Amino acid sequence: MGAHILKRLISAIPVLLGITVIVFLIMAMIPGDPATAILGSYATPENVEKLNRDLGLDKPLVTRYFIWLGNMLSGGFGRSFSLNRPVIDEILDRFNATLILAGVSFVLCTLLGILAGVVSAARQYGLADKAITFTVLIGISVPSFFLGMMMILVFAVNLRLLPVSGMYAIYGGGDLIDLARHLVMPALALAVVATGVIARLSRSAMLEVLRQDYIRTARAKGVHERRVIMGHALRAAMVSIIPVLGIQAGFVLSGSVYIEIVFQWPGVGRMLVDAILKRDILLVQGGVVFVAAAYVFFNIAVDVAQSLLDPRIKT
Amino acid sequence: MTTFLKLLFRNRLAALGAVVLGAIVLLALVTPLLPLADPDVTATGDRFMRPFTEGHLLGTDHLGRDLLSRLLWGTRLSLAVGIAAALVAGTIGSAIGIVAGYFGGRIDNVIMRGVDMLMAFPYILLALAIVAALGPGLLNALIAVAAVNIPFFARNIRGVTVGLAGREFIDAARLAGMGHGRIILTELLPNVASTIVIAMSTTVGWMILETAGLSFLGLGSQPPVADLGSMLGEARAALITNPHTSVVPGVMIFLIVMSINLLGDGVRDALDPRLRSGALTRPRAVTLVDRKGQVPEADQKGLLNIQSLETQFHVGPRIFRAVNEVSLHLNPGEALGIIGESGSGKSVTALSVMGLVASPPGVITGGAVRYAGEDLLSADYRSLRQKRGNNVAYIFQDPLSTLHPLYRVGDQLTEAIQAHHAVPDATARARAVELLKDVRIPNAEARVRDYPHQLSGGMRQRVGIAMALANDPDVIIADEPTTALDVTVQAQILALLDDLRRDRGLAIIFITHDFGVVGQLCDRVAVMYGGRIVEEGPTATILSHPAHPYTKKLMACVPELGGGKRELAAIPGLPPVVSDLPPGCAFAPRCDKATEACRVGEIGFTGSDTHRVRCIHPEEVLA
Ligand code: SF4
Repeated sequence: MGAHILKRLISAIPVLLGITVIVFLIMAMIPGDPATAILGSYATPENVEKLNRDLGLDKPLVTRYFIWLGNMLSGGFGRSFSLNRPVIDEILDRFNATLILAGVSFVLCTLLGILAGVVSAARQYGLADKAITFTVLIGISVPSFFLGMMMILVFAVNLRLLPVSGMYAIYGGGDLIDLARHLVMPALALAVVATGVIARLSRSAMLEVLRQDYIRTARAKGVHERRVIMGHALRAAMVSIIPVLGIQAGFVLSGSVYIEIVFQWPGVGRMLVDAILKRDILLVQGGVVFVAAAYVFFNIAVDVAQSLLDPRIKT
Repeated sequence: MTTFLKLLFRNRLAALGAVVLGAIVLLALVTPLLPLADPDVTATGDRFMRPFTEGHLLGTDHLGRDLLSRLLWGTRLSLAVGIAAALVAGTIGSAIGIVAGYFGGRIDNVIMRGVDMLMAFPYILLALAIVAALGPGLLNALIAVAAVNIPFFARNIRGVTVGLAGREFIDAARLAGMGHGRIILTELLPNVASTIVIAMSTTVGWMILETAGLSFLGLGSQPPVADLGSMLGEARAALITNPHTSVVPGVMIFLIVMSINLLGDGVRDALDPRLRSGALTRPRAVTLVDRKGQVPEADQKGLLNIQSLETQFHVGPRIFRAVNEVSLHLNPGEALGIIGESGSGKSVTALSVMGLVASPPGVITGGAVRYAGEDLLSADYRSLRQKRGNNVAYIFQDPLSTLHPLYRVGDQLTEAIQAHHAVPDATARARAVELLKDVRIPNAEARVRDYPHQLSGGMRQRVGIAMALANDPDVIIADEPTTALDVTVQAQILALLDDLRRDRGLAIIFITHDFGVVGQLCDRVAVMYGGRIVEEGPTATILSHPAHPYTKKLMACVPELGGGKRELAAIPGLPPVVSDLPPGCAFAPRCDKATEACRVGEIGFTGSDTHRVRCIHPEEVLA
């Protein structure tokens, strides 16, 4: 198993490099003078000229990539002009908030989605199945940012049950309960679409599996039907559910950008949008590379989970 | 195509989606012709008017602009941008996919590597990076959304193209001297076009949502021009005081996305043959019993007694009579063979005993199955479950598919034990090792930790047998237990089963198509054809004096008992399709002795209780 994890980690290196190449190429599309873009429009002409020289703009693209990569890695992604601090510091400050939001949301959509899918399959064409199918259809069609706004309107403004936005109360907050109260709505709003997708997939994966011969064997042994479904069938269905969880995690991470804006959540997503509006290029590219790298490692974890579940995968 | 449309519209939700989407698209198309206020004219005096006010059906926004007008113009813009993004992504992505799939080799490798890299990003990061580089704006948002979706098309279309590139018509075109460009345009493209169109139409909802999202963030359309996303984004500041300005564009995005989803689901379902065939319905825990006639009187024969059993498969309007009026009994300690070709109903008969026929489509429509006098067909799930594996156990054909691939064999054995006996795990595990030893698996202590795929076919079937023995059942039903194995292993497994039977006084029903197996193991044999028993009697008698022409032919297919290659193809003709059985004898079309009389009316049994046959011109006249 250790060797397997190591192998996956090594295979991540080219992917990580690929990510930097793509981000570099996108940044090379910036129209006009990159130094101005990096330093902001109030930079002095001397600084701009010096930076242009450092970036090696007269050199071929490949050389420029390595200069760029070197600058990024050695200098902690550079210095943000709009915040006047190193990009890496800002990212690390923000990343926790995103991780909490997206992480809780991901756990929610995984649990709820699989549960809904299993119930739906076990009660196929029954009332529960129809109710779940309908809810899922609505869920995957509502834009998360609109849903978030409506939740604020109902639960925070009208019912006054939950705080409108932010991560902690400004006065007297800061403990775990405060965080949880602030987290409920954004985490739910973010989880809804992925829950729907996972529920659909789990339902069809379960139905597929329930036709298999080994399910008949379990029944022939006299195993209780509840155990047949929650044990034998679900376990086998997980083999096709887990890879989709990895993909859905990417969607949850993507959706967190909107949710962070709607709920004023101090995460990386909001940082990125602010940075784009302020044209703070270094902050954007640092944030993108960092989060994409985190996602690559998450997918390695998914892969390892898959090989733990399925002994037929050579480890 | 017309059947496809019919299927699509039989799905009411899909039809609803089509109607809603059609209405929205129509409204967007005629918007310039409608007598609407200018969407961009501000009137700060009229700001935040409620819906249904005079002159403003949906009210006004924070600058006093008419919301209805802005909604329709915004919808128009959102639809246009979403569709444009789908077209751009679809065209570029498909082109990349076709090139990769057609040329293959290194080109394919390099391209797909790049595609994988792009897919390693959570999509929004890529979109944000592109917008950051190009600057906020609707056109740039469109480019970003299209770019992000290119990998999806590239991968999909490449898959289809790879399948086509190896086909003869492409080779033929190449031999005819056509250039690559021409082959791609005239031979490949027409064949992948439908896939491209379907992929575009299912992703267009996504694209609309994504561009609306970027506009919502302020990175897409810039004021005063508004699409639905930026309308929602601007309204957010007044969410608490004037929610209607948020609700109006939000609901419209929801309606568009939902109607596209409904339509997409409908298309997918209409194209999926498994949905219609019922291959995606959940089989119930117990076969459905729906007995039409009277339950036959108990006749006290045997430990297991099947009387006039009828099992059918109901697939749409078609009815397959898999088992038709089958009566059999099994005495304690006896070995009964049921022999027949595939499709003769022998397996379905066996599975009907414990309600294991997949249902739907299986339905037991008549007869009785009694175990120790109790009718299993009227038993509830609880009592049936308690008997499964405990009183009557099964051994199935192919242990690779019938053992759970993700559980260790030891766990599958302990589970069988604990399903009926509340014993501690340690005891059950020790018993599992015992069982593996009983079926002569070497090194049983280590094998319990193996997964099925780590064992050989013969060893797997021994595990299957051990599992059947786990609760010391009185009856074992072995459904072609050796068919999937090679000949030497077959002999070992048969010998093992025979020993176990004698040691433990087990009664066994042996389902097989092989008279060699019957001769080696069985006391009695029943021959099935077309869902019916056509002959039944003691093995020795039937082997020496087969009475039914079918039995005789079946035996002639076995060159030598217990060995050699056994094929049934030697009987000319095919077994009947049980959905439309001819009147009279089902074997008549393949029978040399068939006469006119064979093709009319019901043919009953002749002979005695011990040896009976269903034939007008039997090979041997039975006393
Ligand atoms: S009934 Fe007639 S057709 Fe059928 S097996 Fe006997 S002889 Fe042949």
